[in-house]
Amino acid sequence: MTPAWTILSAFAGALLVLLLPARSAALSRVIALAAAIVGALAAAVGCVAKLAHPDATPWSFDRDWIPSLGARMHLAADGLSLALLLLTGVVAIAGILFSWNIDKRQRAFFSLFLTIIGGVYGVFLSRDAFLLFVCYEVVILPKYLLIAIWGSTRKEYGAMKLTMYSIGASALILVGLAAAYAAAGGTSFDLQHLAAADYSPGFQAWAFPVLFLGFAVLAGVWPFHTWAPTGHVAAPTAASMLLAGVVMKLGAFGALCVAMPIFPEGFAQWRGAIAGLAVMGVLYGAFTALSQKDLKFVIGYSSVSHMGFVLLGLAAATHWGLRGAALQMISHGIIAGLLFGIAGRVVYARTHTRDLAELRGFDLWRSLPGAAVAFTLATAASMGLPGFSGFVAEISVAIGLWESFPLLLIPLILGIVITGAFSLRALQKAFFPVRGETDAKPPKLPPLTWPEITAIVLLLAVSLAIGIYPKPWIVLIDDGLASPLFQSILP
Amino acid sequence: MLLTLILAPLAGAALLAAWRGAGDRAAGRLAAWWSLIPIVLVALLGFRGANAQGLMADWSLDWIPDAGITLSFAVDGTSWLFLLLTALVTAFVLAVSIQKGLTSRSYAALILVMETMLLGVFTARHFIPFFLGWEMTLIPAYLLIRLWGGPNAPRAARRFFIVTLGGGVCMLLGFLALQIGVNTMDFGQLTEMASKGELAAGLATTFAGTGLTGPTLLLTVAVAVLLGLAVKIPIVPFHAWLPDAYAEAPTPVTMLLTGLLSKMGVYGLLRVFLPVFPEVYATLAPWLAALAVATVLLGAVAALAQKDLKRILAYSSVNHLGYCVLAAAAVVASQGDRESASSAISGAFLQAFNHGIIASAMFFGIAILESRSGGLRGLDDFGGLRARVPVLCGLMGLAIFASLGLPGLSGFIGEFLVFNGTFGLLPWAAAVSVLGLLFTAIFLLRLIRKVFHGPLGQLGSNWADLSASERWLFAPVIALIVIPGLWPQVLLQFLNADTLRLLDFLKP
Repeated sequence: MTPAWTILSAFAGALLVLLLPARSAALSRVIALAAAIVGALAAAVGCVAKLAHPDATPWSFDRDWIPSLGARMHLAADGLSLALLLLTGVVAIAGILFSWNIDKRQRAFFSLFLTIIGGVYGVFLSRDAFLLFVCYEVVILPKYLLIAIWGSTRKEYGAMKLTMYSIGASALILVGLAAAYAAAGGTSFDLQHLAAADYSPGFQAWAFPVLFLGFAVLAGVWPFHTWAPTGHVAAPTAASMLLAGVVMKLGAFGALCVAMPIFPEGFAQWRGAIAGLAVMGVLYGAFTALSQKDLKFVIGYSSVSHMGFVLLGLAAATHWGLRGAALQMISHGIIAGLLFGIAGRVVYARTHTRDLAELRGFDLWRSLPGAAVAFTLATAASMGLPGFSGFVAEISVAIGLWESFPLLLIPLILGIVITGAFSLRALQKAFFPVRGETDAKPPKLPPLTWPEITAIVLLLAVSLAIGIYPKPWIVLIDDGLASPLFQSILP
Repeated sequence: MLLTLILAPLAGAALLAAWRGAGDRAAGRLAAWWSLIPIVLVALLGFRGANAQGLMADWSLDWIPDAGITLSFAVDGTSWLFLLLTALVTAFVLAVSIQKGLTSRSYAALILVMETMLLGVFTARHFIPFFLGWEMTLIPAYLLIRLWGGPNAPRAARRFFIVTLGGGVCMLLGFLALQIGVNTMDFGQLTEMASKGELAAGLATTFAGTGLTGPTLLLTVAVAVLLGLAVKIPIVPFHAWLPDAYAEAPTPVTMLLTGLLSKMGVYGLLRVFLPVFPEVYATLAPWLAALAVATVLLGAVAALAQKDLKRILAYSSVNHLGYCVLAAAAVVASQGDRESASSAISGAFLQAFNHGIIASAMFFGIAILESRSGGLRGLDDFGGLRARVPVLCGLMGLAIFASLGLPGLSGFIGEFLVFNGTFGLLPWAAAVSVLGLLFTAIFLLRLIRKVFHGPLGQLGSNWADLSASERWLFAPVIALIVIPGLWPQVLLQFLNADTLRLLDFLKP
């Protein structure tokens, strides 16, 4: 079972679901789940094989594709890609489980969902900048449709804003890549080739920010983050999970594996500015989340804050910093998926509100204890408490910062404390028992369903597994970071 | 065996979580019986005794291999004492909770989770596992205060959480700086390097870009770490979260907070901070001593001004743990006076242990008063209770006298050793702190006078004295107050060798 099965299963699943007759809509979710499981299994097999035989030749696939451009169908799986594939697979399974009872146009929904997943797998495996860009674009259109058709809360506005931002960002990426392609001789889009080429410092000084910003917008960099909270809120649950959990990681992945290795000198000139923006993102996201009334907006802004850590790790540009960025990508993917799943699906489907003040009336601690406990744990994970994945990621980023920008740790302390504050505030308001009215009978809500429980347990287990025993994940990430691509960035 | 010990309470919590049909009382009973397992395991460790390196057990696991980060745990005599305290207080708290009708599945499970984390903190030999337990206690503590506490619990719990989280982050960043500077966060390795003066040098080379000298950098790191510990103990002026949290928490949870959670701070100060940062002692000594004196005095004076029994005891805890900080400050100030330093530090450990037991006993007394009076616990609500509940009065009185340091009871030896050591090293600080002892005596005796003596008020005229089960609950804590008071060697024997090892950094 090679890593290619991830892409194949997702696209095959998407096609198969579309071809189903309209009557067998219920079958579509089973097929979607099966496709997601195959993808996750392929990723898991790849990870385990990598851990068991770290020195074996990594899987790769390299064919001519568009000879006139020099673009090739070049896929390869190092440890970092495998870890991110596994993340995607897990979030995909959880997303489908949380969407189990979706009642509108199931076939189209699952087909689009799997298409996004396939595109994401493609990005993580691409070793050719052109192919990577194509896969990246495959993600954008279905994203728009998912929000515009199945969304809520100003869905047209959210969908349009997100798409405009994405397309604008793609334009920047395209310009940056084209500039690099031309300057490197115009013969190949291969990432190694582009990274090895010699660009003049003056060229890098403008080409790097263009390319980097294109990716960073998708990673939610402040002040270009505003698409993220509105988009996350408007999206249907499974799409919020994908957006926050995986799609934002595409931006960070592109920044790490494309923008930075191609223009290392440009990166060196701009990294101070990137670090500054990242810290602003951490603080701004946290402070804004502190004053939100909608539970999903709290989570949306917390994503901005958490992705700030990823960018900080990248800006630190030490081994620890990059490792921390990668860990935070994985960790936040899991945790954001969990938070959105509970708030957007488990709770919303039963209460039809996400307003913190209204949720209080439902006394969720007693009427829906399973969700309340799960959300409490997810909140703890999101705060970066030790034992959960967020902690390992945040200490790695913090070590990276100590090495590069020690003074930024002071605002970062504030950011972490405010994260604690807004997480607790949302948790208390939405889930904890209401004082003084404890004798009133809580409203009767349907209990958690098995798909929901499975999804919650799966995501929590992965977060805890990383938090308690991060070694295998770190080995995988380090394998990716050992690639020659990063040698020009690391000190 | 160590791993079994640490994970045993967690297994109990898992059992409770899985037992869906459990009634509240049955769940409480299961937890209380289950909490005897750690006591047995700790006792077994004690009987087994230490090996040549002074360890009773150890266990470790690679965590982030290339940085040398391991989850390593080990028990020596001092750790053992804290393990014993944890196991005993947890079992006691669970039993008291049943008595008070507080238990439910989640309540009991949270207390067991907390026990696992505490056992981890008291045995960790590397910063990462230490911090893991340190921060993970926050979730159960927060939930226990928030969900089972009094009317203002949400605010108190939130403040407790945020302030301690902030302190924790400072401590974490301090140690991460060491990880980069000298490439290790292992307590043993750090101690060894510190004794050779390598920490400041390592930080200076790594952070040459900042233009600061090694000692300044190390001082910054040390202050960050101290901040985290100071919030937890707490040291004045970082105590603002404490009175609300202690008063709003249900009384058994208050026992946990003061009996165990604050001990994490003391343990960290004595076992982590002292051995790792000797290089900056000269700068820190006067400050730490001043803060210690302020903690002792302010705790006592504030207790004097309170009307709520729980708040009085809360401030009294601040005051008592102040002596531990005083001892640490004295050690910091010692210039090779090994004997005084060793007395002070043994005293601090004993004080921590005894305070845990005594505070549990006193809060248990208050819990009984609360349940008899229907939740009242103002100083002026009671009066003349001795006539109705002589046994409660006697036992509570014993605990109070132990708390104010009456010779023959356990509180005395700790305070005596602390002052014995401190007078030799920091005479002025010790002299001022003695005032704290005086105030303590005043407010504790006032408590006895107002509650148990005088004319019998409306309240309590129809009270029954302690029931058999309440007496049985009091028996073990009273024994633990009396026996070490008469025969301190039971506890001291575990400390001596470790204390000397801890003081290796003192040049003779």
